Amino acid sequence: MQWESWSAFWDMGGFAAFVWGSYGVTALLVVGELILVMRRRRDTVRRLLRLRRATAAGVNGRRAFEEIVE
Amino acid sequence: MSRALGPFAAVLDRDLLLAWRGRADVLVTLAFFVVVVCLFPFGVGAEPNQLRAIAPGVLWVAALLSTLLSLHRLFAQDHVDGTLEQLLLSPEPTVLWVVAKISAHWIATGLPLVVAAPALALLFDVEQSALGVLVLSLALGTPILALLGAVGAALTLGLRGGGMLLALLVLPLFVPVLIFGAGAVDAHLSGSGAQAHLLLLGGGLLGALALAPLACAAALRIAVE
Amino acid sequence: MIKDMDKPERSKSLLRFAAPQMFYPLAGRLAPWFAAAAVIFVGIGIWLGFFVAPTDAQQGEVYRVIYIHVAAAWMSMFVYLLMAFWSAVGLVMNTRLSFIMAQALAPTGAMFCFVALWTGALWGKPTWGAYWVWDARLTSQLLLLFLYLGFMALTRAIEDPRRADKAGAIIALVGAINVPIIYFSVKWWNTLHQGASVSLNKAPSMATTMLVGMLVMAIAAWAYTIAITLWRVRSLILERERHTEWVAAELNALEGKV
Repeated sequence: MQWESWSAFWDMGGFAAFVWGSYGVTALLVVGELILVMRRRRDTVRRLLRLRRATAAGVNGRRAFEEIVE
Repeated sequence: MSRALGPFAAVLDRDLLLAWRGRADVLVTLAFFVVVVCLFPFGVGAEPNQLRAIAPGVLWVAALLSTLLSLHRLFAQDHVDGTLEQLLLSPEPTVLWVVAKISAHWIATGLPLVVAAPALALLFDVEQSALGVLVLSLALGTPILALLGAVGAALTLGLRGGGMLLALLVLPLFVPVLIFGAGAVDAHLSGSGAQAHLLLLGGGLLGALALAPLACAAALRIAVE
Repeated sequence: MIKDMDKPERSKSLLRFAAPQMFYPLAGRLAPWFAAAAVIFVGIGIWLGFFVAPTDAQQGEVYRVIYIHVAAAWMSMFVYLLMAFWSAVGLVMNTRLSFIMAQALAPTGAMFCFVALWTGALWGKPTWGAYWVWDARLTSQLLLLFLYLGFMALTRAIEDPRRADKAGAIIALVGAINVPIIYFSVKWWNTLHQGASVSLNKAPSMATTMLVGMLVMAIAAWAYTIAITLWRVRSLILERERHTEWVAAELNALEGKV
Protein backbone atom coordinates (compact mmCIF):
# COMPACT_ATOMS: atom_id res chain seq x y z
CA MET A 1 0.00 0.00 0.00
CA GLN A 2 1.29 3.41 -0.96
CA TRP A 3 -0.41 5.61 1.59
CA GLU A 4 -0.13 5.88 5.34
CA SER A 5 -3.57 7.41 5.74
CA TRP A 6 -6.46 8.73 3.70
CA SER A 7 -5.40 12.30 4.40
CA ALA A 8 -1.98 11.50 2.96
CA PHE A 9 -3.74 10.09 -0.09
CA TRP A 10 -5.85 13.20 -0.59
CA ASP A 11 -2.82 15.42 -0.05
CA MET A 12 -0.86 13.69 -2.87
CA GLY A 13 2.46 14.73 -1.44
CA GLY A 14 1.48 18.40 -1.60
CA PHE A 15 0.38 18.22 -5.24
CA ALA A 16 -3.32 17.78 -4.47
CA ALA A 17 -4.46 20.73 -6.61
CA PHE A 18 -2.60 19.49 -9.67
CA VAL A 19 -3.48 15.81 -9.42
CA TRP A 20 -7.11 16.24 -8.38
CA GLY A 21 -7.51 19.17 -10.73
CA SER A 22 -6.55 16.88 -13.59
CA TYR A 23 -8.73 13.97 -12.54
CA GLY A 24 -11.64 16.18 -11.51
CA VAL A 25 -11.86 18.09 -14.78
CA THR A 26 -11.50 14.89 -16.77
CA ALA A 27 -14.31 13.27 -14.78
CA LEU A 28 -16.52 16.34 -15.28
CA LEU A 29 -15.91 16.33 -19.03
CA VAL A 30 -16.62 12.60 -19.32
CA VAL A 31 -19.83 12.85 -17.29
CA GLY A 32 -20.83 15.96 -19.20
CA GLU A 33 -20.30 14.23 -22.52
CA LEU A 34 -22.37 11.26 -21.37
CA ILE A 35 -25.19 13.55 -20.30
CA LEU A 36 -25.07 15.43 -23.60
CA VAL A 37 -25.19 12.22 -25.62
CA MET A 38 -28.09 10.80 -23.59
CA ARG A 39 -29.99 14.05 -23.84
CA ARG A 40 -29.37 14.23 -27.56
CA ARG A 41 -30.84 10.76 -27.94
CA ARG A 42 -33.93 11.77 -25.94
CA ASP A 43 -34.36 15.05 -27.85
CA THR A 44 -33.97 13.36 -31.22
CA VAL A 45 -36.60 10.73 -30.45
CA ARG A 46 -39.00 13.33 -29.04
CA ARG A 47 -38.58 15.62 -31.99
CA LEU A 48 -39.12 12.82 -34.49
CA LEU A 49 -42.24 11.72 -32.63
CA ARG A 50 -43.60 15.27 -32.67
CA LEU A 51 -42.75 15.58 -36.33
CA ARG A 52 -44.65 12.40 -37.08
CA ARG A 53 -47.69 13.48 -35.10
CA ALA A 54 -47.56 16.78 -36.92
CA THR A 55 -47.52 15.23 -40.37
CA ALA A 56 -50.22 12.77 -39.36
CA ALA A 57 -52.38 15.62 -38.18
CA GLY A 58 -52.76 16.72 -41.79
CA VAL A 59 -55.76 19.03 -41.77
CA ASN A 60 -54.94 20.38 -38.36
CA GLY A 61 -51.60 21.32 -39.81
CA ARG A 62 -51.53 24.73 -38.28
CA ARG A 63 -51.92 23.56 -34.70
CA ALA A 64 -49.36 20.85 -35.31
CA PHE A 65 -46.97 23.40 -36.71
CA GLU A 66 -47.28 25.45 -33.56
CA GLU A 67 -46.60 22.33 -31.55
CA ILE A 68 -43.33 21.80 -33.34
CA VAL A 69 -42.28 25.39 -33.05
CA GLU A 70 -43.09 25.53 -29.35
CA MET B 1 0.56 20.92 -74.87
CA SER B 2 -0.86 24.22 -75.98
CA ARG B 3 -4.29 22.62 -76.22
CA ALA B 4 -4.07 21.44 -72.64
CA LEU B 5 -2.94 24.87 -71.56
CA GLY B 6 -5.67 26.59 -73.53
CA PRO B 7 -8.32 26.54 -70.80
CA PHE B 8 -5.64 27.25 -68.19
CA ALA B 9 -4.55 30.39 -69.99
CA ALA B 10 -8.14 31.43 -70.69
CA VAL B 11 -9.19 31.23 -67.03
CA LEU B 12 -5.94 32.87 -65.90
CA ASP B 13 -6.44 35.74 -68.36
CA ARG B 14 -10.04 36.22 -67.36
CA ASP B 15 -9.35 36.22 -63.62
CA LEU B 16 -6.42 38.59 -63.97
CA LEU B 17 -8.56 40.93 -66.05
CA LEU B 18 -11.28 40.82 -63.39
CA ALA B 19 -8.72 41.48 -60.68
CA TRP B 20 -7.39 44.41 -62.67
CA ARG B 21 -10.86 45.89 -63.08
CA GLY B 22 -11.53 45.46 -59.39
CA ARG B 23 -8.07 46.62 -58.37
CA ALA B 24 -9.41 48.60 -55.42
CA ASP B 25 -10.10 45.24 -53.69
CA VAL B 26 -6.58 44.10 -54.40
CA LEU B 27 -5.13 47.30 -53.03
CA VAL B 28 -7.15 46.86 -49.84
CA THR B 29 -5.38 43.55 -49.21
CA LEU B 30 -2.02 45.23 -49.68
CA ALA B 31 -3.01 48.18 -47.50
CA PHE B 32 -4.14 45.79 -44.77
CA PHE B 33 -0.73 44.09 -44.90
CA VAL B 34 1.08 47.40 -44.57
CA VAL B 35 -1.14 48.67 -41.75
CA VAL B 36 -0.89 45.49 -39.71
CA VAL B 37 2.90 45.47 -40.00
CA CYS B 38 3.06 49.13 -38.97
CA LEU B 39 0.93 48.49 -35.88
CA PHE B 40 3.51 46.28 -34.21
CA PRO B 41 6.03 48.94 -33.18
CA PHE B 42 3.20 50.75 -31.40
CA GLY B 43 2.37 47.58 -29.53
CA VAL B 44 5.82 46.32 -28.58
CA GLY B 45 7.79 49.55 -28.53
CA ALA B 46 10.26 50.99 -31.03
CA GLU B 47 13.42 49.60 -29.52
CA PRO B 48 15.51 48.77 -32.65
CA ASN B 49 16.97 45.48 -31.41
CA GLN B 50 13.56 44.19 -30.47
CA LEU B 51 12.08 45.30 -33.80
CA ARG B 52 14.88 43.56 -35.68
CA ALA B 53 14.19 40.39 -33.71
CA ILE B 54 10.47 40.27 -34.37
CA ALA B 55 10.51 41.57 -37.98
CA PRO B 56 10.44 38.21 -39.81
CA GLY B 57 7.64 36.90 -37.66
CA VAL B 58 5.61 40.09 -37.94
CA LEU B 59 5.93 40.26 -41.73
CA TRP B 60 5.00 36.61 -42.06
CA VAL B 61 2.00 36.74 -39.73
CA ALA B 62 0.76 39.86 -41.52
CA ALA B 63 1.17 38.16 -44.92
CA LEU B 64 -0.74 35.18 -43.60
CA LEU B 65 -3.63 37.31 -42.31
CA SER B 66 -3.80 39.31 -45.55
CA THR B 67 -3.98 36.07 -47.51
CA LEU B 68 -6.75 34.85 -45.24
CA LEU B 69 -8.77 38.03 -45.73
CA SER B 70 -8.68 37.81 -49.50
CA LEU B 71 -9.44 34.07 -49.70
CA HIS B 72 -13.23 34.28 -49.61
CA ARG B 73 -13.15 36.24 -52.88
CA LEU B 74 -11.47 33.36 -54.68
CA PHE B 75 -14.68 31.56 -55.71
CA ALA B 76 -17.48 33.67 -54.23
CA GLN B 77 -18.21 35.85 -57.27
CA ASP B 78 -18.09 32.92 -59.69
CA HIS B 79 -20.37 30.96 -57.38
CA VAL B 80 -22.97 33.73 -57.26
CA ASP B 81 -23.10 34.42 -61.00
CA GLY B 82 -23.07 30.76 -62.04
CA THR B 83 -19.66 30.76 -63.71
CA LEU B 84 -18.48 28.07 -61.34
CA GLU B 85 -21.28 25.74 -62.36
CA GLN B 86 -20.52 26.31 -66.02
CA LEU B 87 -16.84 25.61 -65.45
CA LEU B 88 -17.65 22.41 -63.56
CA LEU B 89 -19.94 21.27 -66.39
CA SER B 90 -17.33 22.01 -69.02
CA PRO B 91 -15.30 19.08 -70.37
CA GLU B 92 -12.02 20.69 -69.32
CA PRO B 93 -10.27 19.00 -66.39
CA THR B 94 -11.37 20.73 -63.19
CA VAL B 95 -7.92 20.65 -61.62
CA LEU B 96 -6.51 22.64 -64.54
CA TRP B 97 -8.75 25.67 -64.21
CA VAL B 98 -8.69 25.44 -60.41
CA VAL B 99 -4.91 25.88 -60.56
CA ALA B 100 -5.41 28.73 -63.02
CA LYS B 101 -7.81 30.50 -60.66
CA ILE B 102 -5.49 30.03 -57.69
CA SER B 103 -2.54 31.30 -59.73
CA ALA B 104 -4.45 34.40 -60.78
CA HIS B 105 -5.52 34.96 -57.20
CA TRP B 106 -1.93 34.69 -55.97
CA ILE B 107 -0.65 37.06 -58.67
CA ALA B 108 -3.30 39.60 -57.66
CA THR B 109 -3.05 39.29 -53.86
CA GLY B 110 0.15 37.40 -52.97
CA LEU B 111 2.67 38.89 -55.34
CA PRO B 112 2.09 42.50 -54.17
CA LEU B 113 2.88 41.36 -50.61
CA VAL B 114 6.11 39.77 -51.76
CA VAL B 115 7.09 42.99 -53.52
CA ALA B 116 6.12 45.25 -50.62
CA ALA B 117 7.76 43.14 -47.91
CA PRO B 118 11.38 44.35 -48.32
CA ALA B 119 10.34 47.98 -47.98
CA LEU B 120 8.43 47.18 -44.79
CA ALA B 121 11.38 45.14 -43.52
CA LEU B 122 13.48 48.28 -43.73
CA LEU B 123 11.07 49.98 -41.32
CA PHE B 124 12.12 47.30 -38.84
CA ASP B 125 15.80 47.90 -39.61
CA VAL B 126 16.32 44.38 -40.97
CA GLU B 127 19.80 43.79 -42.37
CA GLN B 128 19.83 44.36 -46.11
CA SER B 129 21.46 41.02 -46.79
CA ALA B 130 18.38 39.30 -45.35
CA LEU B 131 15.94 41.01 -47.70
CA GLY B 132 16.62 38.53 -50.49
CA VAL B 133 15.88 35.61 -48.20
CA LEU B 134 12.71 37.30 -47.01
CA VAL B 135 11.46 37.85 -50.55
CA LEU B 136 12.36 34.30 -51.53
CA SER B 137 10.64 32.80 -48.50
CA LEU B 138 7.48 34.81 -49.19
CA ALA B 139 7.61 33.98 -52.89
CA LEU B 140 7.76 30.26 -52.04
CA GLY B 141 5.44 30.39 -49.04
CA THR B 142 2.51 32.58 -50.05
CA PRO B 143 1.54 30.32 -52.99
CA ILE B 144 1.29 27.45 -50.47
CA LEU B 145 -1.03 29.61 -48.39
CA ALA B 146 -3.14 30.35 -51.48
CA LEU B 147 -3.31 26.64 -52.41
CA LEU B 148 -4.26 25.47 -48.90
CA GLY B 149 -6.61 28.40 -48.46
CA ALA B 150 -8.36 27.59 -51.73
CA VAL B 151 -9.44 24.23 -50.27
CA GLY B 152 -10.94 26.00 -47.27
CA ALA B 153 -12.58 28.64 -49.50
CA ALA B 154 -14.17 25.90 -51.63
CA LEU B 155 -15.42 24.00 -48.57
CA THR B 156 -17.04 27.07 -47.00
CA LEU B 157 -18.45 28.41 -50.26
CA GLY B 158 -21.82 30.08 -49.75
CA LEU B 159 -22.06 29.29 -46.03
CA ARG B 160 -23.34 31.78 -43.51
CA GLY B 161 -20.46 32.94 -41.31
CA GLY B 162 -18.10 31.42 -43.84
CA GLY B 163 -15.34 33.93 -43.10
CA MET B 164 -14.73 32.93 -39.51
CA LEU B 165 -15.15 29.28 -40.37
CA LEU B 166 -12.58 29.63 -43.12
CA ALA B 167 -10.10 31.13 -40.65
CA LEU B 168 -10.65 28.28 -38.19
CA LEU B 169 -10.19 25.69 -40.94
CA VAL B 170 -7.06 26.98 -42.60
CA LEU B 171 -5.06 28.81 -39.91
CA PRO B 172 -3.82 25.60 -38.23
CA LEU B 173 -2.77 24.33 -41.65
CA PHE B 174 -0.76 27.53 -42.24
CA VAL B 175 1.44 26.97 -39.18
CA PRO B 176 4.21 24.94 -40.88
CA VAL B 177 4.50 27.56 -43.65
CA LEU B 178 4.80 30.27 -41.02
CA ILE B 179 7.46 28.33 -39.15
CA PHE B 180 9.65 27.70 -42.19
CA GLY B 181 9.00 31.10 -43.77
CA ALA B 182 9.87 33.23 -40.77
CA GLY B 183 12.48 30.67 -39.77
CA ALA B 184 14.32 31.13 -43.07
CA VAL B 185 14.97 34.81 -42.34
CA ASP B 186 15.90 34.09 -38.72
CA ALA B 187 18.29 31.35 -39.81
CA HIS B 188 19.95 33.67 -42.30
CA LEU B 189 20.34 36.40 -39.69
CA SER B 190 21.78 34.01 -37.12
CA GLY B 191 24.36 32.86 -39.66
CA SER B 192 23.24 29.25 -39.96
CA GLY B 193 21.98 29.70 -43.51
CA ALA B 194 18.45 29.64 -44.86
CA GLN B 195 18.97 26.91 -47.41
CA ALA B 196 17.26 24.12 -45.47
CA HIS B 197 14.20 26.27 -44.73
CA LEU B 198 13.89 27.40 -48.33
CA LEU B 199 14.26 23.85 -49.63
CA LEU B 200 11.53 22.68 -47.27
CA LEU B 201 9.30 25.54 -48.40
CA GLY B 202 9.97 24.59 -52.01
CA GLY B 203 9.14 20.98 -51.25
CA GLY B 204 5.98 22.11 -49.48
CA LEU B 205 5.02 24.16 -52.51
CA LEU B 206 5.41 21.16 -54.81
CA GLY B 207 3.43 18.97 -52.43
CA ALA B 208 0.66 21.54 -52.11
CA LEU B 209 0.60 22.03 -55.87
CA ALA B 210 0.16 18.29 -56.34
CA LEU B 211 -2.53 17.68 -53.70
CA ALA B 212 -4.41 20.89 -52.89
CA PRO B 213 -5.99 21.39 -56.35
CA LEU B 214 -7.40 17.85 -56.20
CA ALA B 215 -8.99 18.50 -52.81
CA CYS B 216 -10.15 21.92 -53.99
CA ALA B 217 -11.78 20.50 -57.13
CA ALA B 218 -13.56 17.85 -55.07
CA ALA B 219 -14.74 20.47 -52.58
CA LEU B 220 -16.07 22.70 -55.37
CA ARG B 221 -18.03 19.81 -56.85
CA ILE B 222 -19.56 19.09 -53.45
CA ALA B 223 -20.41 22.74 -52.88
CA VAL B 224 -22.14 23.23 -56.22
CA GLU B 225 -23.89 19.84 -56.43
CA MET C 1 -25.65 -12.61 -31.81
CA ILE C 2 -22.12 -13.88 -32.11
CA LYS C 3 -23.55 -17.30 -32.90
CA ASP C 4 -25.52 -15.75 -35.73
CA MET C 5 -22.41 -14.30 -37.22
CA ASP C 6 -20.70 -17.68 -37.16
CA LYS C 7 -23.21 -19.12 -39.58
CA PRO C 8 -21.40 -19.31 -42.91
CA GLU C 9 -24.10 -17.83 -45.13
CA ARG C 10 -24.40 -14.71 -42.95
CA SER C 11 -20.85 -14.19 -41.76
CA LYS C 12 -19.88 -13.82 -45.40
CA SER C 13 -21.48 -10.41 -45.47
CA LEU C 14 -20.24 -8.57 -42.41
CA LEU C 15 -20.56 -5.60 -44.72
CA ARG C 16 -24.30 -5.72 -44.23
CA PHE C 17 -23.68 -3.71 -41.07
CA ALA C 18 -22.65 -0.86 -43.33
CA ALA C 19 -26.37 -0.27 -43.80
CA PRO C 20 -27.55 2.18 -41.11
CA GLN C 21 -30.65 0.06 -40.57
CA MET C 22 -28.54 -2.94 -39.62
CA PHE C 23 -25.95 -0.99 -37.67
CA TYR C 24 -28.44 0.85 -35.48
CA PRO C 25 -29.53 -2.19 -33.39
CA LEU C 26 -25.99 -3.59 -33.38
CA ALA C 27 -24.67 -0.32 -31.95
CA GLY C 28 -27.40 -0.34 -29.34
CA ARG C 29 -26.46 -3.84 -28.22
CA LEU C 30 -22.70 -3.31 -28.21
CA ALA C 31 -22.47 0.11 -26.54
CA PRO C 32 -23.41 -0.97 -22.98
CA TRP C 33 -20.75 -3.69 -23.04
CA PHE C 34 -18.05 -1.23 -24.00
CA ALA C 35 -19.30 1.22 -21.40
CA ALA C 36 -19.12 -1.49 -18.75
CA ALA C 37 -15.61 -2.41 -19.91
CA ALA C 38 -14.61 1.26 -19.64
CA VAL C 39 -15.86 1.46 -16.06
CA ILE C 40 -14.05 -1.74 -15.08
CA PHE C 41 -10.78 -0.73 -16.70
CA VAL C 42 -10.88 2.77 -15.21
CA GLY C 43 -11.38 1.11 -11.82
CA ILE C 44 -8.40 -1.20 -12.32
CA GLY C 45 -6.31 1.62 -13.78
CA ILE C 46 -6.99 3.97 -10.87
CA TRP C 47 -6.28 1.22 -8.38
CA LEU C 48 -2.98 0.35 -10.09
CA GLY C 49 -2.04 3.98 -10.57
CA PHE C 50 -2.78 5.22 -7.08
CA PHE C 51 -2.38 2.25 -4.79
CA VAL C 52 0.08 -0.13 -6.43
CA ALA C 53 2.46 2.03 -8.46
CA PRO C 54 5.25 3.57 -6.37
CA THR C 55 5.97 7.28 -5.97
CA ASP C 56 8.16 8.67 -8.74
CA ALA C 57 11.66 9.32 -7.44
CA GLN C 58 12.08 12.65 -9.24
CA GLN C 59 8.62 14.13 -9.53
CA GLY C 60 6.89 12.82 -6.42
CA GLU C 61 3.17 12.16 -6.45
CA VAL C 62 2.32 14.66 -9.18
CA TYR C 63 3.43 12.18 -11.83
CA ARG C 64 0.16 10.31 -11.22
CA VAL C 65 -1.45 12.66 -13.72
CA ILE C 66 0.29 10.50 -16.31
CA TYR C 67 -2.46 7.88 -16.17
CA ILE C 68 -5.00 10.16 -17.79
CA HIS C 69 -2.62 12.46 -19.63
CA VAL C 70 -0.99 9.80 -21.77
CA ALA C 71 -4.21 7.90 -22.41
CA ALA C 72 -5.96 11.11 -23.48
CA ALA C 73 -3.09 12.22 -25.73
CA TRP C 74 -2.93 8.83 -27.46
CA MET C 75 -6.68 8.71 -27.83
CA SER C 76 -6.91 12.19 -29.32
CA MET C 77 -4.47 11.20 -32.06
CA PHE C 78 -5.99 7.78 -32.73
CA VAL C 79 -9.46 9.27 -32.97
CA TYR C 80 -8.29 11.77 -35.58
CA LEU C 81 -6.74 8.96 -37.60
CA LEU C 82 -9.98 6.98 -37.29
CA MET C 83 -11.95 10.00 -38.47
CA ALA C 84 -9.67 10.32 -41.47
CA PHE C 85 -10.00 6.58 -42.12
CA TRP C 86 -13.81 6.65 -42.07
CA SER C 87 -13.78 9.80 -44.20
CA ALA C 88 -11.62 8.10 -46.81
CA VAL C 89 -13.85 5.00 -46.76
CA GLY C 90 -16.89 7.25 -47.14
CA LEU C 91 -15.46 9.15 -50.09
CA VAL C 92 -14.26 6.00 -51.87
CA MET C 93 -17.19 3.65 -51.20
CA ASN C 94 -19.85 6.35 -50.80
CA THR C 95 -21.23 4.76 -47.64
CA ARG C 96 -23.28 7.11 -45.49
CA LEU C 97 -22.48 5.26 -42.29
CA SER C 98 -18.75 6.00 -42.65
CA PHE C 99 -19.40 9.74 -42.65
CA ILE C 100 -21.70 9.38 -39.66
CA MET C 101 -18.94 7.49 -37.83
CA ALA C 102 -16.44 10.27 -38.54
CA GLN C 103 -18.83 12.90 -37.23
CA ALA C 104 -19.73 10.87 -34.15
CA LEU C 105 -16.05 10.44 -33.28
CA ALA C 106 -15.08 14.12 -33.51
CA PRO C 107 -16.50 15.49 -30.21
CA THR C 108 -14.91 12.70 -28.18
CA GLY C 109 -11.58 13.24 -29.92
CA ALA C 110 -11.76 16.95 -29.19
CA MET C 111 -12.65 16.19 -25.57
CA PHE C 112 -9.59 13.95 -25.15
CA CYS C 113 -7.46 16.57 -26.88
CA PHE C 114 -8.58 19.15 -24.35
CA VAL C 115 -8.02 16.72 -21.46
CA ALA C 116 -4.48 16.08 -22.69
CA LEU C 117 -3.78 19.83 -22.80
CA TRP C 118 -5.40 20.51 -19.44
CA THR C 119 -3.62 17.70 -17.59
CA GLY C 120 -0.39 18.58 -19.39
CA ALA C 121 -0.65 22.14 -18.08
CA LEU C 122 -1.38 21.02 -14.51
CA TRP C 123 1.45 18.53 -14.65
CA GLY C 124 3.79 21.05 -16.19
CA LYS C 125 3.44 23.72 -13.52
CA PRO C 126 5.09 21.79 -10.66
CA THR C 127 7.43 19.86 -12.98
CA TRP C 128 8.94 22.58 -15.17
CA GLY C 129 7.56 25.63 -13.42
CA ALA C 130 5.15 26.78 -16.12
CA TYR C 131 1.64 25.81 -17.11
CA TRP C 132 2.56 26.01 -20.73
CA VAL C 133 5.81 25.69 -22.66
CA TRP C 134 5.95 25.87 -26.43
CA ASP C 135 7.13 22.32 -26.63
CA ALA C 136 6.60 20.38 -29.85
CA ARG C 137 4.21 17.90 -28.31
CA LEU C 138 2.06 20.46 -26.51
CA THR C 139 1.95 22.75 -29.52
CA SER C 140 0.95 20.01 -31.94
CA GLN C 141 -1.71 18.92 -29.48
CA LEU C 142 -3.10 22.45 -29.47
CA LEU C 143 -3.16 22.55 -33.27
CA LEU C 144 -4.87 19.15 -33.28
CA LEU C 145 -7.60 20.64 -31.09
CA PHE C 146 -8.03 23.42 -33.66
CA LEU C 147 -8.33 20.81 -36.41
CA TYR C 148 -11.07 19.04 -34.43
CA LEU C 149 -12.91 22.31 -33.85
CA GLY C 150 -12.65 23.19 -37.54
CA PHE C 151 -14.08 19.81 -38.55
CA MET C 152 -16.96 20.10 -36.10
CA ALA C 153 -17.71 23.71 -37.02
CA LEU C 154 -17.73 22.90 -40.74
CA THR C 155 -20.00 19.85 -40.51
CA ARG C 156 -22.43 21.77 -38.30
CA ALA C 157 -22.42 24.89 -40.49
CA ILE C 158 -23.57 23.03 -43.60
CA GLU C 159 -27.27 22.26 -43.56
CA ASP C 160 -27.46 19.74 -46.39
CA PRO C 161 -26.27 16.50 -44.75
CA ARG C 162 -24.74 15.11 -47.93
CA ARG C 163 -22.64 18.21 -48.48
CA ALA C 164 -21.72 18.30 -44.77
CA ASP C 165 -20.61 14.65 -44.93
CA LYS C 166 -18.32 15.10 -47.89
CA ALA C 167 -16.97 18.53 -46.96
CA GLY C 168 -16.15 17.20 -43.49
CA ALA C 169 -14.46 14.18 -45.01
CA ILE C 170 -12.25 16.37 -47.19
CA ILE C 171 -11.14 18.60 -44.33
CA ALA C 172 -10.50 15.55 -42.13
CA LEU C 173 -8.24 14.08 -44.81
CA VAL C 174 -6.46 17.38 -45.45
CA GLY C 175 -5.92 17.67 -41.70
CA ALA C 176 -4.64 14.10 -41.41
CA ILE C 177 -2.05 14.73 -44.14
CA ASN C 178 -1.01 17.87 -42.30
CA VAL C 179 -0.73 16.42 -38.81
CA PRO C 180 2.72 14.84 -39.38
CA ILE C 181 3.89 17.97 -41.23
CA ILE C 182 2.72 20.15 -38.35
CA TYR C 183 4.42 17.90 -35.81
CA PHE C 184 7.68 17.88 -37.75
CA SER C 185 7.68 21.63 -38.33
CA VAL C 186 6.87 22.43 -34.72
CA LYS C 187 9.61 20.09 -33.54
CA TRP C 188 12.09 21.77 -35.88
CA TRP C 189 11.00 25.22 -34.72
CA ASN C 190 11.20 24.13 -31.10
CA THR C 191 14.73 22.78 -31.31
CA LEU C 192 15.88 26.00 -32.96
CA HIS C 193 14.30 28.30 -30.43
CA GLN C 194 14.57 26.54 -27.13
CA GLY C 195 17.30 24.01 -27.45
CA ALA C 196 17.01 20.94 -25.26
CA SER C 197 16.56 22.97 -22.08
CA VAL C 198 13.05 21.67 -21.53
CA SER C 199 12.87 17.94 -21.76
CA LEU C 200 9.52 16.32 -21.34
CA ASN C 201 10.98 12.88 -21.07
CA LYS C 202 9.68 10.95 -18.14
CA ALA C 203 11.90 9.48 -15.52
CA PRO C 204 14.43 7.27 -17.33
CA SER C 205 13.22 4.00 -15.88
CA MET C 206 9.54 3.63 -15.33
CA ALA C 207 8.30 1.06 -12.89
CA THR C 208 6.42 -1.77 -14.58
CA THR C 209 3.31 -1.07 -12.52
CA MET C 210 3.26 2.51 -13.84
CA LEU C 211 3.43 1.25 -17.40
CA VAL C 212 0.71 -1.32 -16.83
CA GLY C 213 -1.50 1.30 -15.19
CA MET C 214 -1.04 3.58 -18.21
CA LEU C 215 -1.94 0.80 -20.63
CA VAL C 216 -5.02 -0.16 -18.64
CA MET C 217 -6.19 3.46 -18.68
CA ALA C 218 -5.56 3.60 -22.43
CA ILE C 219 -7.76 0.52 -22.88
CA ALA C 220 -10.43 2.21 -20.78
CA ALA C 221 -10.24 5.28 -23.01
CA TRP C 222 -10.71 3.09 -26.07
CA ALA C 223 -13.73 1.36 -24.57
CA TYR C 224 -15.25 4.69 -23.54
CA THR C 225 -14.70 6.16 -27.00
CA ILE C 226 -16.31 3.18 -28.69
CA ALA C 227 -19.32 3.22 -26.37
CA ILE C 228 -20.02 6.93 -26.62
CA THR C 229 -19.45 6.97 -30.38
CA LEU C 230 -21.92 4.12 -30.87
CA TRP C 231 -24.53 5.99 -28.82
CA ARG C 232 -23.95 9.15 -30.81
CA VAL C 233 -24.13 7.22 -34.08
CA ARG C 234 -27.57 5.95 -33.09
CA SER C 235 -28.98 9.46 -32.72
CA LEU C 236 -27.39 10.55 -35.99
CA ILE C 237 -28.81 7.52 -37.82
CA LEU C 238 -32.32 8.18 -36.51
CA GLU C 239 -32.16 11.77 -37.72
CA ARG C 240 -30.78 10.91 -41.13
CA GLU C 241 -33.15 8.02 -41.75
CA ARG C 242 -36.28 9.60 -40.33
CA HIS C 243 -38.24 9.14 -43.55
CA THR C 244 -37.73 5.37 -43.68
CA GLU C 245 -40.14 2.73 -42.51
CA TRP C 246 -37.79 1.09 -40.07
CA VAL C 247 -37.34 4.34 -38.16
CA ALA C 248 -41.14 4.66 -38.04
CA ALA C 249 -41.28 1.17 -36.52
CA GLU C 250 -38.50 2.08 -34.08
CA LEU C 251 -40.40 5.22 -33.07
CA ASN C 252 -43.54 3.13 -32.50
CA ALA C 253 -41.55 1.03 -30.07
CA LEU C 254 -40.15 4.12 -28.34
CA GLU C 255 -43.43 6.02 -28.10
CA GLY C 256 -44.26 6.70 -24.47
CA LYS C 257 -40.91 5.42 -23.24
CA VAL C 258 -38.94 8.60 -23.73
